[in-house]
Amino acid sequence: MNQVLGLYNYWVVICLMMIGFYVVIAGGNLIKKVIGLSIFQVSVFLLYITMGKVEGGTTPIKPAKNFYTGEDFTVFSNPLPSVLMLTAIVVGVATTALALALIVRIHEAYGTIEEDEILAADQESPC
Amino acid sequence: MLAHLPVLPIIVPLLAAPLCVLLRQRRLVLGLALAVCWATFIMTLMLLRRVLAEGTQTYELGGWLPPWGIEYRIDTLSAFVLLIVSGIGATVLTYAPRSVECEIRRDQHYLFYTAYLLCLTGLLGIVITGDLFNLFVFLEISSLSSYALISLGAQQTRKALTAAFQYLVMGTIGATFILIGIGLMYQMTGTLNMADMAARLNTTGGPRTVLVAFAFLTVGISLKMALFPLHSWLPGAYTFAPSVVTAFLAATATKVSFYVLVRFIFTIFKPSFAFEVLPLDIELMVLSLIGIFVASTVAIFQTNIKRMLAYSSIAQVGYMVLAISFASVTGLTAGIVHLMNHALIKGGLFLAMGCFALRLGSTELADMRGIGRRMPATMFAWVLGGLGLIGVPLTAGFVSKWYLITAALERGWWQVAVLLLISSLLAAIYVWRVVEVAYFQSPAEEHADVQEAPALMLIPTYALIGASIVFGLWTSFSAGVAHEAAQRLLEITP
Repeated sequence: MNQVLGLYNYWVVICLMMIGFYVVIAGGNLIKKVIGLSIFQVSVFLLYITMGKVEGGTTPIKPAKNFYTGEDFTVFSNPLPSVLMLTAIVVGVATTALALALIVRIHEAYGTIEEDEILAADQESPC
Repeated sequence: MLAHLPVLPIIVPLLAAPLCVLLRQRRLVLGLALAVCWATFIMTLMLLRRVLAEGTQTYELGGWLPPWGIEYRIDTLSAFVLLIVSGIGATVLTYAPRSVECEIRRDQHYLFYTAYLLCLTGLLGIVITGDLFNLFVFLEISSLSSYALISLGAQQTRKALTAAFQYLVMGTIGATFILIGIGLMYQMTGTLNMADMAARLNTTGGPRTVLVAFAFLTVGISLKMALFPLHSWLPGAYTFAPSVVTAFLAATATKVSFYVLVRFIFTIFKPSFAFEVLPLDIELMVLSLIGIFVASTVAIFQTNIKRMLAYSSIAQVGYMVLAISFASVTGLTAGIVHLMNHALIKGGLFLAMGCFALRLGSTELADMRGIGRRMPATMFAWVLGGLGLIGVPLTAGFVSKWYLITAALERGWWQVAVLLLISSLLAAIYVWRVVEVAYFQSPAEEHADVQEAPALMLIPTYALIGASIVFGLWTSFSAGVAHEAAQRLLEITP
């Protein structure tokens, strides 16, 4: 039971990861592929943030007093993975933007964003 | 200034890239990019000299001490790869102006140079950094800019767009796999500094998380490196990208990924884990051999020479990975030497292809009939490069093959040594096909007024091809440094 509930976040990560990965592989529409890619990347953000979280922990900022009760906090979460993910989010946004820009150009050149139609068009005319 | 030398090869091109966007003016941008590339080359040359004289160089970015801050760490291997990447970068950029003029729309030129500098920054950064997350960031900088560079081939053919998109999807999956692997490693060790992680990592009993991290990292890097069977993005990307981009990426991108694989296996996980706890040596040996044979065979049947050379690149990646699988100093030396030799040979070959593309407007084999008579200098460079690919004595390719076969025999895998020799015959077949068409068929009528490529393009082509011949004769530098790097990696005191 502990395996299931205790690792709840990790199960979510794995499900999202597999959903994203499946969409990238199986999606025939280029936009859908990009959506799948984004979901795949987001699952990794969640993985990192989960590993930094300490149960009952708060942000590591001094003075660490509870605003309402005035008690000192003693447990802190690890901020580093969250900070890393800020960078990874930027990378993800850049990737998505570049992919969408390419799709716009592909649509201009081929008149479609369906993978099988693009493939057929490539086979018909060499350039 | 000299105290900051380790960080300069990253800072200078990184700052020059946005400056290119601001300048916009074509000539100014070209001048700036050229100056920056050659300056970077000189800096990496100084770095290598310093590393060889004084040993490993470290630099704390922003003065933050490792393992908290980002550390740049340059040992013999990194300095060697840095020199190759920046040297190729500078040579290819010197070649670029005429080819870019012909293949890329004028108003996009400054964007080409910007993306080129960013790609160079990313590739150098991957090699220079001693921090895992930093490595991921640089990997993405180089990947994103290379997707953009490949898509610039759209001026020639719209297939460049789909090739760039396919590379983007595959590359992002690979990079995300690497990110997952780095995360799991952070979870196990609590550090991102490579040296610190290597010291803290406990692989006894092979903890599940470490195994999973290792699997993600190996698959992710293999994807970026185009190791068979994860190579599907490479032929399209290399065939449809502009000639300059193909030459640059073929000579540097897969090599840097190979460096990352070596770094992970030998510095962080240690060979005892990868090759004794896990059977990675057998797996890499089998995959690389299949890759060498499948890719070489496919190359024989290509009608487009750029695509043929792209498949040959997949085979050459196989040779480098095969070298790792021997898990010995000789094997590793072979891998590192081949990294350099193949960068020079393939870079030179693709530059020669760029000359053909400029004069013929095509890279199809059928259009190359009798071109040996119309463009003798370019074709001669191509043939010298082709001989290097086969591994004919007196070329750099022979040095790599020699070390590979020696390492195979040292390990007692004589069957592998035999297969290596047979695979060279396959290379001979696909190189011969081009030679036959270029020299023994009469020139096509419509190419009667085709002239030799301009000197500004021929000189860089011959610089790379010439270097591959020089390092085939004078092996004390390339093989010497590679041998020292291999010894350091395996922690054997010379």
